[in-house]
Amino acid sequence: MKRSRFVVAVAAVALLSGCAGVGNKGGDSAGGSTPGAAPTGALKIMGFGGEDEVGQSRIAAFKAAYPSVKVTNNKGDFDAQQFLTALASGNPPDLVYMDRNLIGTYAKKGAILPLEDCISGQKVDTSQYREAAMKSVTLAGKVYGIPEFYIVTTNLVDASSLQKAGVAVSDIQTKDWAALKATTAKLFKRNGNKLERIGFDPKLPEYFPLWATANGATIIKDDGAPNLNDPKAVEALAYTLDLVNSQGGWTTFKSFRDAFDIFGEKNPLSAGSVVAFPMENWYVNVLRDFIGQGLKLDSTAFTDHDGKPVSMVGGSAWAIPKGSKNPDAACAWAKTMTDQATWMKAADARIAKVKEDKSFFTGLFTANKPADEAIRTKYLTDVPDPGFKRAIDNFYATLDSAVALNPSPAGAEIDAAWRSAVTRALAGQPAQQALDQAQKEAEAAFSKANGNG
Amino acid sequence: MADRSLLQRREGRAAYLFIAPWIIGFLVFTAGPMVASLWLSFTDYSLVEPAHSVGTANYQQLLADPRVAKSLANTFVYAALFVPLGTVVALALAMLLQRIGRASGFFRTVFYLPVMTPAVAAGAMFLLLLNGQRGLVNQVLGWFGVTGPNWTTDPAWLKPSLALVSLWTVGGSIIIYLAALNNVPRQLHEAALLDGAGPVRRFVSVTLPMISGALFFTIITHTIAAMQMFDQAYTMFYGPQQKSTASDESLVYMVYLFQNAFEFFKMGFASAMAWLLFVIILVITVIQVRVGNRFVYYEGGSTR
Repeated sequence: MKRSRFVVAVAAVALLSGCAGVGNKGGDSAGGSTPGAAPTGALKIMGFGGEDEVGQSRIAAFKAAYPSVKVTNNKGDFDAQQFLTALASGNPPDLVYMDRNLIGTYAKKGAILPLEDCISGQKVDTSQYREAAMKSVTLAGKVYGIPEFYIVTTNLVDASSLQKAGVAVSDIQTKDWAALKATTAKLFKRNGNKLERIGFDPKLPEYFPLWATANGATIIKDDGAPNLNDPKAVEALAYTLDLVNSQGGWTTFKSFRDAFDIFGEKNPLSAGSVVAFPMENWYVNVLRDFIGQGLKLDSTAFTDHDGKPVSMVGGSAWAIPKGSKNPDAACAWAKTMTDQATWMKAADARIAKVKEDKSFFTGLFTANKPADEAIRTKYLTDVPDPGFKRAIDNFYATLDSAVALNPSPAGAEIDAAWRSAVTRALAGQPAQQALDQAQKEAEAAFSKANGNG
Repeated sequence: MADRSLLQRREGRAAYLFIAPWIIGFLVFTAGPMVASLWLSFTDYSLVEPAHSVGTANYQQLLADPRVAKSLANTFVYAALFVPLGTVVALALAMLLQRIGRASGFFRTVFYLPVMTPAVAAGAMFLLLLNGQRGLVNQVLGWFGVTGPNWTTDPAWLKPSLALVSLWTVGGSIIIYLAALNNVPRQLHEAALLDGAGPVRRFVSVTLPMISGALFFTIITHTIAAMQMFDQAYTMFYGPQQKSTASDESLVYMVYLFQNAFEFFKMGFASAMAWLLFVIILVITVIQVRVGNRFVYYEGGSTR
C-alpha cells in the first residue's frame, strides 16, 4: 500500500538523524589541515556528473596527480534531499558540487564550511577566478566554494526565419524595448489558437534577473537584502510580461515552449519555432550538430539601454560539507579541477573530440580567467560558420561584464519569492503587486536569516 | 491438558515468528519514524544543525502560513476530483473485464501493467500527451471539433490534469472490483431477472450492495492516497524543467511539505505539516467509516 510511504521516508530519515547526525561536530573551516602533506584516503563526491570529455579528462588529471586518493563519485546532479539526508545521518560526502546560487543559503545554514584553511593551506590562487564567480561563493567575507564553469547569456537567432520575415539581424536587440516589441510582433505567428512561431522569447520566469539587471536594477543588494520591487525591476517585469501576453499569453506560450525538443534535430531554432531568445553559451555546442540539417544561426548581444552587453553569470562550485572526512583531498580536488593546467587538458580533450566528429570548437567557458584566455587564444582560431562565430564572440564579450546576483543568507527564499512573483504575474497579477508581495516575503526571510525574525 | 497448553504456546511462538518481519518492519520503518517526527515537529530541526525545542511554534506557523492553507485546498480539490472519477472508471473497466470471458487473463494483465510503471515516467509521458499546443490528447479532441485546454499550463486545469493522470494507476482497484463482481451470487441476478428487473435496476439493487465492501475499501484507500499525492505532481509541475514555472494552483500538500523539508531547511515545520495531514486523514477516514457502515453489506457479518 502506498499509504504514508513518503511521510515514513521523511520520518525515517529524521529518526536516523536523531540517532547519528544531530550534534555531529564539524570543524570551523575545511581543508589544508596538514600543509605540505599530499592528501590520501577515500574521497566521496556528490552532485557531479562529469561524463563528457571535459569532465573525464579532468578527473584523469586529478587521479594522475593524486594516485593515493581513492575517488568515488555517485554520478548525477546535485539533489538537495540526497545531500541533506546524507549530512543529517552523519555520512556526508567529502565534497559536493552545487549551483553557485545555492552556496549562500547552504553556507548560512552551516551545511558547507568556509575554505580559508583550504585556500591558504593548499595555496589556491583565488585571483585566477573571475570576480563575479568569486562573489557568488563568498558570504560575509568568507569563501565557501571554488567556482568551476561560467555560464553567460546572449541572443541566439534563427537567421532563416528572420530573413524570410524580412527583418534585419540588427533588429534583434534589447537596447530599445519599444522597437523590440514591434520586431517581436512582426515575427510572431499563430494560426487560430495554435502558436506557430514565437518572435522573441524573453525567457520568463528564469531570466527575470537578467531583464531587471539590464534595466538598471539590483534585485539583491550588496549586503544580501532583497530589492525585488525596485521600480526598474517592476518595469522590466511589466515589459517582458507584455512580450509574452502579446504572443498568445502565458498558458499557450508555455505549452508551446514545453513541446520543444531542446537537444534534438527539431530544436526550436532549427524548427523555426522561435526566431530569437537570450540563451546560455553551452547551447551553441548543442546547435553545432544541426548545421548540416539546415540550421542557420546568428546572434546579437543582449545589452542594456546604452548598448553595453549584459549577462548574468551561472555555474557550479565545489564546496566541502560539514563533517567531510577528507577535507584535504576535497580541497586538492577542487583546486586541481579548476586550475589552468587542468582546464587546458580539458580543452585538449574537447578538441580531440571535435576533430573526431569532424566538427569545430565552440569555446570552453570556465570561471578561471587565465585558463579561458589561454584556451581561446590557442584553440578558438577557426570557426568556419560566421553565425556561430558571432555567437561565440558575443558570449566572450560578456565575460568581463557579466554579473551574478549578490549572495544572501536568504538566497533560496529570495529566489523562491521572485520566481513565484513572476509566475503569478504571468497568470495575471499586475507586475507591481506581484513584486511587492515577493519583496515582503523575501524581506521576512532575510530578516529571519539574519536572526532578527 | 498440559500438552495442549504446551502446543498452544509453541504455536503462539511460531505465529509470532511468522509475523516478526512485519512487526520489526513496522517498528523500525513506521512507528519509530512517526514518534521521531512527532518529536521533531516541536523543534527547529534544519537537517544540518542540532534540533532545539521551539514548543508549538511550528503548529502556530501552520495557521500563519497562507501556502499551507492553499496547498491543503489544492489537495482537497484534487481528492474530490480523483476519488469519484477513479472509482467510476475502475468499476466500469472491471465490469467490461468481467464480460470479456476468454481473453480476460490477458486484459487483466494489461489493465494492471500501468501500476507497475514508475510514477515519474508516467508523469513525464503525460506532460507530452497533455501538452496544450502539440499534445496528442488535444489533437484527438481537435478531430471532433473540440478545442482542448492548455492542460499542463492553465492554472484552472492543473488539478483536473493531475486527476486524469492518476487514473493511469487504477489497475489495482480494477482487480479488486473484478474479484468482487465475480463473487456476486448468480442466483441473486437470476431472481431479479425473474422479477423483471432491468440491467440498471439489477446493478443498483444487486451488484452495488454486493460489492459495497470492495467499493468502501477502495474509496478509503484512494482518499488516503489522494491526500498524500506527491510523485506525479512533483514530476509534472516541479521537476527540473518545470520547477521555476510551477503555479501555486499545482502546489499539493506533500509537495509543499517536501519543499519545506529539503529546500527551505525546515524539517521541524515539515514534520508538523506531516502530523497535520495525519490528523486530517484520520478524521476523514473515521467519517468515511461511520458513514460507510450504513451502506456497506458485510457477508456473514452481524445485521446492521
